[in-house]
Amino acid sequence: MHWTDIATALFLGLGCVIAVTGSMGVIRLPDFYSRLHAAGKTDSLAQALIMVGLLFQTWKYEGLILNAAARLVLITMFILVTSPIATHAITKAAYLHGLEPWRKEKSRDA
Amino acid sequence: MVIEWVLLGAGIAILVGIFMLLSRVYLGPTVFDRILATNAMGTKTVIFLALLGFISKRPEFLDTALAYAIINFVSTIAILKFVEFKKIG
Repeated sequence: MHWTDIATALFLGLGCVIAVTGSMGVIRLPDFYSRLHAAGKTDSLAQALIMVGLLFQTWKYEGLILNAAARLVLITMFILVTSPIATHAITKAAYLHGLEPWRKEKSRDA
Repeated sequence: MVIEWVLLGAGIAILVGIFMLLSRVYLGPTVFDRILATNAMGTKTVIFLALLGFISKRPEFLDTALAYAIINFVSTIAILKFVEFKKIG
């Protein structure tokens, strides 16, 4: 087993754990503003980790090394820029729409 | 080879995450929950396409992943603008 395979396994394992944890948080957390934490942050981190893990595999493809590596870096940079922008736009739209944040006391009264 | 099983396991984990987000798209009380879950699903689809390219030993799939990332961002902004202002443009 080559050392790049071990590096790939480490990065992919960490990235998949973070991705599934974020999805679980989107299901379990109580309201929209807390779900933003689960979805917005874990997405960027898991995506960056998995792309770095795949970057260790590109040396196996003759003639496509620079091609595949450049595209992986490009996708990572693009999502690292646009994912926070999209999350911020969703949050601002929800806030301007008048969505109330969840409170513990309010839910206990109801 | 071990690495192929690692890639396959990562792909299955990402698919499980996509289906968990899909349940939030179905349940979501407000429209913003649905948009948020759809956006996260799009990011996970980009990851899954990149993994699929390395599972099937054809990294050309990365072109599709890049195009899907761009479409995901533009569609999220367009849907939000439509929900907020009831018109596009």
